[in-house]
Amino acid sequence: MDPSWLPPLGIAIPLAGACVVLALAKFVPRLVVDIVAMVTAVVAVGAMSMLLAFTAAGRVVTWVGGWTPDHGVGIVLAADPIGAGFALLACVLTACALIYTWRYFDDAEAHVHVLILLFMAGMVGFSLTADLFDLFVFLELMSATAYALTGHKIEEPRSVQGGFTFGVVTSLGAYFSLAGIGILYARTGQLGMPQIGTALAGHGMDALVLAALVLVLTGLLVKAAVVPFHFWLADAHAVAPTPVCVLFSGVMAPLGLYGVLRVTTTVFGGVLPAASAHGTFVVLGIATAVVGAVLCLMQRHLKRMLAYSTIAHLGLFLIAMATLTASGVAGAVVYVFGHAGVKGALFLMVGVLLARKGNVDEFALFCEGRDERLTKWLLPLGALALAGLPPFGTGLGKAISEESTESVALTALFVLVSAATGGAVLRASLRIHFGLGPPPDDTDRDTTKGEGEEQEGRFPNRVPATMVAAIAVLLTGGLLVGVVPQVAEAMGVGAQRFLDRNGFIAQAMHGVAAAPVGGIETAWTWSGVALGLLSAVLAVAIGFVGVHFGLGRLRGALKAPLHVVHRLHSGHVGDYAAWLVLGMTAVGALFVIT
Amino acid sequence: MNLLPYLVAGWLLLIGCFGVVRSRDLIHTVVCVAIAQSGTYVLLLGIGFQRGASAPVQGAPGAVVDPVVQALTLTDIVVSATVTALLLALVIQISKRAGTVDPDELDELRG
Repeated sequence: MDPSWLPPLGIAIPLAGACVVLALAKFVPRLVVDIVAMVTAVVAVGAMSMLLAFTAAGRVVTWVGGWTPDHGVGIVLAADPIGAGFALLACVLTACALIYTWRYFDDAEAHVHVLILLFMAGMVGFSLTADLFDLFVFLELMSATAYALTGHKIEEPRSVQGGFTFGVVTSLGAYFSLAGIGILYARTGQLGMPQIGTALAGHGMDALVLAALVLVLTGLLVKAAVVPFHFWLADAHAVAPTPVCVLFSGVMAPLGLYGVLRVTTTVFGGVLPAASAHGTFVVLGIATAVVGAVLCLMQRHLKRMLAYSTIAHLGLFLIAMATLTASGVAGAVVYVFGHAGVKGALFLMVGVLLARKGNVDEFALFCEGRDERLTKWLLPLGALALAGLPPFGTGLGKAISEESTESVALTALFVLVSAATGGAVLRASLRIHFGLGPPPDDTDRDTTKGEGEEQEGRFPNRVPATMVAAIAVLLTGGLLVGVVPQVAEAMGVGAQRFLDRNGFIAQAMHGVAAAPVGGIETAWTWSGVALGLLSAVLAVAIGFVGVHFGLGRLRGALKAPLHVVHRLHSGHVGDYAAWLVLGMTAVGALFVIT
Repeated sequence: MNLLPYLVAGWLLLIGCFGVVRSRDLIHTVVCVAIAQSGTYVLLLGIGFQRGASAPVQGAPGAVVDPVVQALTLTDIVVSATVTALLLALVIQISKRAGTVDPDELDELRG
């Protein structure tokens, strides 16, 4: 069977589903809307699973509408195991978000479902396209629906404000990307990634190509929330409806990194020295991981805490990807998959707390969660999984990534950063569910409080089964990524295909069948298990120390620098735009000096 | 090659960003975002332009300008319309709920 009809289907299914939901919304009860949306997501999961299975034998290339390169212009979709894996991840997370939404917003109208399905179409398209302009279009489709979803609670000042900041910063980044794409078109006369890659390799590097590289990467780095482009992420996560946060953290931000890697390897692989890309991305990754981890520890608003933990993990993914080796890329992708499950489950558990207590503030919820049977045990477990506890997928991804860096210092950074994020969540959980430690002292004025969030749904007696099911699916998924060896093996093959630039161009442009690739070492190793356990133990230590001493003395000593860090995250859209331009200059400078 | 359109495009992109940075009013911020985007229109059209060539219509005599960039610009305009409308709607809602459109006074989210 010819699988080339599958990639367009992945984009068409959610678009068609969204149209059906929109058409039906006026006439049918909410239940039908939920079912139609759910069926759409499940069908898309099936299609993307089939696509992933087909990519094991080679890339699936589709020239849309039969316009092959012989016609001069044509748009190409090319799925390799990693692209198809991301598309599948997007569909699975969307299905989980939709199950959770079923009872979560009682008052949600059909437009939430429509937006979520359109968002999914954007993410699937972004994962599968091999055309640079289409990458921009899908980036914008993803972004525009994401702004609307972020600002969904329009009656709440914070919500619309977070959505607005997100919109302005991401849009500016995307326009710089488009300018870069324009420059590449001027230089090569092409828009497809394989065509531009071939043309650039014949052309060589010069200042204009470097400028185009930096411009194209800017929009993707904003999406990936890499420091100093990360400011929008915490604000957007803090205010977006919880099921939407699952999609933002689990797949949208990692897709930014996927785009960065795709553009760097496929488009610029022929002209950009690997050492230069490696140096730049490692520096950006370290900065992102450290800033994210420090700010994660300092948060009291639970959703912001999880958001900063996402930023820290994105930094770790970037460090692993920066190796540009098959093991590094495979490690990063496995880490992304494991992280998506675990972080998604954590967000949904915070959503349960918000629905039951009307609050997501660590201090205000002190002792309040003692009677919560579900989150009392699952939240600490999720925190440990976030730190990389074996056998969760996060632990396996972390282990492969650590080994790929071949550096003791970077391995230590992986352990410390993942432990810090897990420790912060564990501290919050110990305070909320077990009432450990003294009542937190509520004098800090620097951070956003978690009070005054609009309560999403009301369930005084028991948590609805659909919400529990979504949490269970996500947490189990995070576990399965680490336990089922086929996942990591498939991504090992995928990483080799991803980095095989010449094979990609030959297959996309000339229909040359993909050469078989061998697997790489992706199984658990003793050192990986030991480092995962070490991170989990450190996370427990950070959690207990944080609870009992409130980091009082340390905080006192670090007051001035922390105040500066907090003030930098001012929530002011102008400041964030200034950082964007500054960051773009910094990325350019990094490419030049490394 | 005439450099002027490229300089204008770069200027519009950067002045749009500068406007967002210095803005004291969210409506002004949205307009500045739109100005930054118009830099990309100028860039794309500048790339495809040829002196003396006619519009890319089927059967046009002589050389025509590059139709691809015009299609890209059209797509870009659609994106711009969507984003601008959405951002303006959010500004209306911010103004209703927070009672101000001065970004300096909106400090609910920080740290």
